[in-house]
Amino acid sequence: MSHHIVEVKDLHFTYPDNTVALNGISFRVHHGEAAAIIGANGAGKSTLLLHLNGFLAPTRGQVRVGDFPLTKETLPEVRRTVGMVFQDPDDQLFMPTVYDDVAFGPLNLGLSCEEVETRVKESLALVGAEHLMGKPPYRLSGGEKRRVAIATVLAMSPSILVMDEPTAGLDPYARRQLIAILKEFKHTRIFTSHDLDMVLELCNRVIVMHEGIVKADGPPTEIFRDDALLASCHLERPFSMQGCPICSGTVEALKQRIIHPDDHHHNDHHHDHDDHH
Amino acid sequence: MTSIEGALLDFKRLDRLATGDTALHRLDPRAKVLVTLVFIISVVSFGKYEISAMVPFFLFPVIIVSLGDLPVSYIVKKIALLSPFALIVGIFNPVFDRQILVQMGPIGISGGWVSFASIFLRAVLTVGVALIMVGVTGFSEGCNALERMGLPKAFVVQLLFLYRYIFVLTDEGARTARARELRTFGRKGMEMKAFASLVGNLLLRTWERAERVYRAMLCRGFNGEFHVRRSYSFGLKEIVFTFGWSFLFIFFRQVNVPWFLGSFFTELLR
Repeated sequence: MSHHIVEVKDLHFTYPDNTVALNGISFRVHHGEAAAIIGANGAGKSTLLLHLNGFLAPTRGQVRVGDFPLTKETLPEVRRTVGMVFQDPDDQLFMPTVYDDVAFGPLNLGLSCEEVETRVKESLALVGAEHLMGKPPYRLSGGEKRRVAIATVLAMSPSILVMDEPTAGLDPYARRQLIAILKEFKHTRIFTSHDLDMVLELCNRVIVMHEGIVKADGPPTEIFRDDALLASCHLERPFSMQGCPICSGTVEALKQRIIHPDDHHHNDHHHDHDDHH
Repeated sequence: MTSIEGALLDFKRLDRLATGDTALHRLDPRAKVLVTLVFIISVVSFGKYEISAMVPFFLFPVIIVSLGDLPVSYIVKKIALLSPFALIVGIFNPVFDRQILVQMGPIGISGGWVSFASIFLRAVLTVGVALIMVGVTGFSEGCNALERMGLPKAFVVQLLFLYRYIFVLTDEGARTARARELRTFGRKGMEMKAFASLVGNLLLRTWERAERVYRAMLCRGFNGEFHVRRSYSFGLKEIVFTFGWSFLFIFFRQVNVPWFLGSFFTELLR
């Protein structure tokens, strides 16, 4: 199953106006891994994502998806392997109905009408959006749009899912729902996000970018404890790892020790706290 | 601004009407495109002062609307939205062409007014039928039919993108206009300078957005072809539909049916 691997080697990219966006990025994401790419605005995350699907060609360095280096010849194959969910679902939904939109990819793959139909139904079911099938995309709510956008990509049955800010602009409930859906996926997943609590929950690896380079790469619990690193990259600990505003205990710490039931209602407010983040 | 956005949303409804499933919707789009072409050519080729002979042509849109289960008021509204263009084209005819053509008692109707009415009628017929045909066929399926009839693919894809990006452009435009409106504090009129930068800005933003939409399409394997959900074949139904209507249009074009009926009945009465 080696086509589930994404490897980036010494990637450099400079925009035509001489803005240096990537300055030597290297990492390798393995099969089944869920990796988050985090960093401040302008750190180069989006530029990096555009390389994974061949929309931008590196100035120097290489991208490998599976066993192929990304070149003009392998581009169609790579785009089929890497499913990309854009930050703004409005960019991704362009057909008159949700059904047509989800069917767009499979039809381009040249599948038969029946096969297309089963794929559309399956992928909409995976994100809990079967009931939206006949609706036009512009009538959906933000959360629904996001889920449908993910379904359009799932219908192509990609091996690797790349998502740009999946939880941006969602209300807490829709965000919870989406996280639960993404948790179920067995794909190799790469996210960019500023929602570090989501990262903590979903990912087993965090790649920190700053000014076009990889500043750190490791398991989230380790990265998020390094306050000096986070500060230098304009980041903070996820809320669930920060002190409780009432008693300065963290959810994490409280989970580790048993709390006395009437210890100034810790249980209550932390339970609450946990729910909201 | 809401009115423009509303009109846009309403326009997208046409696309959804095309997902209906009547006998007309199931017809091969090629048959529908052909019939529409014959219809438009027949109507447009009438003489400058012709009015009465065009009346029977209304039979076609009426029948298609009822068979295709399209909402009448919606179609009428859309035609009304586009009719000012026809009015502008014909508005000067009554001024320049003052020769009296029809005498109704004391009132003389000049050739200008007759040709103006003729232009308007033509516009209503052709625009109406084009809208109705998109409503029972769908834009991408219509384009697909054009391609299968031999139109070069480059043109077809251009047409499809034009149609897709109209929505992108108007969306962006509506947002920009709203932002401007919020900061003009009810002052009417737009300064030329602000307008120029607004349009320039709009073009760039639309460009970027169009690029992102295009990327999303490429991501999902778009290779210059728009696929359609139904598979069609040009069978007996299509042949009957195409030739039946085409012959009827040509007949209406050659024989002025209302005039013929009128003279027939006046002959009877005598």
